[in-house]
Amino acid sequence: MSHASLIADLLIAMLGGAIRVGTPFLMVSLAECITEKSGRINLGLEGVLVFSAMSGFGAAYLSGSVWVGVFAAGLGGALLALLHGLVCSLPRVNDVAAGIALMILGTGLAFYLGKPLIQPQAPQIPSLALGDWSSSAQVRSALQINLLFPLGVALAGLLAWGFKFTRLGLVLRMAGDSSDAARALGYSVNAIRIAATTVGGFIAGLGGASLSLHYPGSWNEGLSSGQGLIAVALVIFARWSPWRCLGAALLFGGAGALGPALQSVGISTGYYLFNAVPYVLTLVILVWTCSPRRSLQGAPVELGVSR
Amino acid sequence: MKLSERGAEAIEAVALPLLAMGGALLLFGMFVFAGGKSPVEAWVLLFKGAFGDWFSWQNTLQRAAPLMLTALCVAVPASAGLVVIGGEGALVLGGLACAGLPYLFAPPDNIAGTGMVLLAAAAAGAAWVAIAGALRQYRGVNETISSLLLAYTAIAVFKHLVEGPMRDPASLNKPSTRPLAEALRIGSMPGADIHWGLVFGVLACVSLGLWLFFTSSGFATRVVGGNARAAQLVGLPSTRIVIASCALGGACAGLAGGIEVAAVHTAANASLIAGLGYTCILASFVARHNPWVIIPVAVLFGGFGSAGSLLQRRRDVPDASVQVLQGFAFLLILASEALRGRLVAVAAARAATQVVAAPEPVEPKGAVTPEPMEASPQTAAAEPASSPLLFEPLRHSGAGA
Repeated sequence: MSHASLIADLLIAMLGGAIRVGTPFLMVSLAECITEKSGRINLGLEGVLVFSAMSGFGAAYLSGSVWVGVFAAGLGGALLALLHGLVCSLPRVNDVAAGIALMILGTGLAFYLGKPLIQPQAPQIPSLALGDWSSSAQVRSALQINLLFPLGVALAGLLAWGFKFTRLGLVLRMAGDSSDAARALGYSVNAIRIAATTVGGFIAGLGGASLSLHYPGSWNEGLSSGQGLIAVALVIFARWSPWRCLGAALLFGGAGALGPALQSVGISTGYYLFNAVPYVLTLVILVWTCSPRRSLQGAPVELGVSR
Repeated sequence: MKLSERGAEAIEAVALPLLAMGGALLLFGMFVFAGGKSPVEAWVLLFKGAFGDWFSWQNTLQRAAPLMLTALCVAVPASAGLVVIGGEGALVLGGLACAGLPYLFAPPDNIAGTGMVLLAAAAAGAAWVAIAGALRQYRGVNETISSLLLAYTAIAVFKHLVEGPMRDPASLNKPSTRPLAEALRIGSMPGADIHWGLVFGVLACVSLGLWLFFTSSGFATRVVGGNARAAQLVGLPSTRIVIASCALGGACAGLAGGIEVAAVHTAANASLIAGLGYTCILASFVARHNPWVIIPVAVLFGGFGSAGSLLQRRRDVPDASVQVLQGFAFLLILASEALRGRLVAVAAARAATQVVAAPEPVEPKGAVTPEPMEASPQTAAAEPASSPLLFEPLRHSGAGA
């Protein structure tokens, strides 16, 4: 009996954790999805995430308004991503290497500017209490949903629709699938990619806001543990579809929540190993989905990383 | 003409990174200034902390040693055409293997024992990075992402073992493995407070450079990196070469971890995870993945590292400032690639206008683009991608010749 209730507690904790931990994953993977659809890869989203988490937290702390913070996080992310887009538009600049540079710069800037923000408390993003129907305190606390999560779900739907049915979406995909075609139709491929990277940066910034303003809900230097990088692999796993990004983000959120969930029911051995589950899972999924003989199904043709 | 072209290339190879570093220092100064501190003072402190006196030189060289070895973990796979950025994982596993070998059996208390623990470190690093190479060759998994995921996994395994099964009960507030026996440690070089790891680093860089540039297997590796299709056509065993280059790079990074444990920390603990694996990516890119150039570049970045701690103590500037500087430097160095071939072109154009200004004008066009056949590969490569059609015929004729 106690065994069954333990497992039930674990499952509830993981479901809540999947949404809590998965929200930044969702935002970052949607961001990477837009960027990659335009034919460019942004490994620097890790730096964008950390920088935007810091700027969002700082703005929320200074202004006292959490929504100013969320907007500032998006703006900070967009600025940093814009830098990536501009640098990558120069001839002979490798976008993977530029992404690593952005990762170092973004985290460096965040740590530098964020030093005075480590102690204070900032207003938090309010939660949707979806668990009020339940009498169990655990269920209720697990279903305190980050308001950014429904926003992310809506965004996934919007992107899926936009990629398919709008002129903007078609132009974006054209830049990613055949830059020659885009050029022939008179579009500037670089301009499209810069815009896509910047918009992606804004969305990734919302993911950063979710980190520092909701869960874990404070600014510290160990805030992000590679979510921005995992997102790159996650988008490959999701085959560049925004809806599948949602599923993948929840899966990864669940995997990432495993360690803390086990700890919450009193199992703390192997804490670090459980924390590594998302990385191993990503690796396994990559090994499973990639093939040396063909490029990936649904991959933007101009993208280097999937070939 | 060929010689002067080479000279121009060499000048560019030195001038571009220097320009970029200068730009990064300038940006960093503006950044410090925006924070209300004097940039000149920050620059002076940066220099003093890195190369100001013998004490700082020792500190700098001490930090440069593991940097050289870990940078090779980027440079060697890069010469085979791979972007591997998971050196940190190989480094921590190398440190773990070095501290862990005495758990299995007692190595002899002499130089052979030291050799054994270092060998274990190198083997652990080699195996870990070779996985990334094998995944790429056999499964088509992008090695940049897989090496990074492997690095995160390695760090998790490291923390688990150091804080769990391998923890020394005597290490109270800083979980560590049992310290390495006194006889197995690596001491300092005579007359200096620098451990022998520096010699390992320099030797590794020099010998791997010799291997890459002067042996047939090194040449084969560079062919695979330069043009995978050409390598396939001449029947090179690409798979084996790629995995071997990853293993070689990983062995260097693992050795770096082993040396850090055997010479500095004496046991494997969290101090090993110091972000060396990321600084070394930058160092290798600045050196354009040339093992010989890595040596001075590593010394420069070691200098940044030791300057950072001084900056933090003296000016109350956060230690992350060095990371900011590195980020700016990396971005600018990559961006400066766009200028490659342009600097010389500008210089040539200037020379041409001087020729035009002279009383007896020679064909000015000939001065700018001498002998199209000979210059075509360089010119074609130097042109921006926006005008591919113009140079297509030239490129074809070059390939046919």
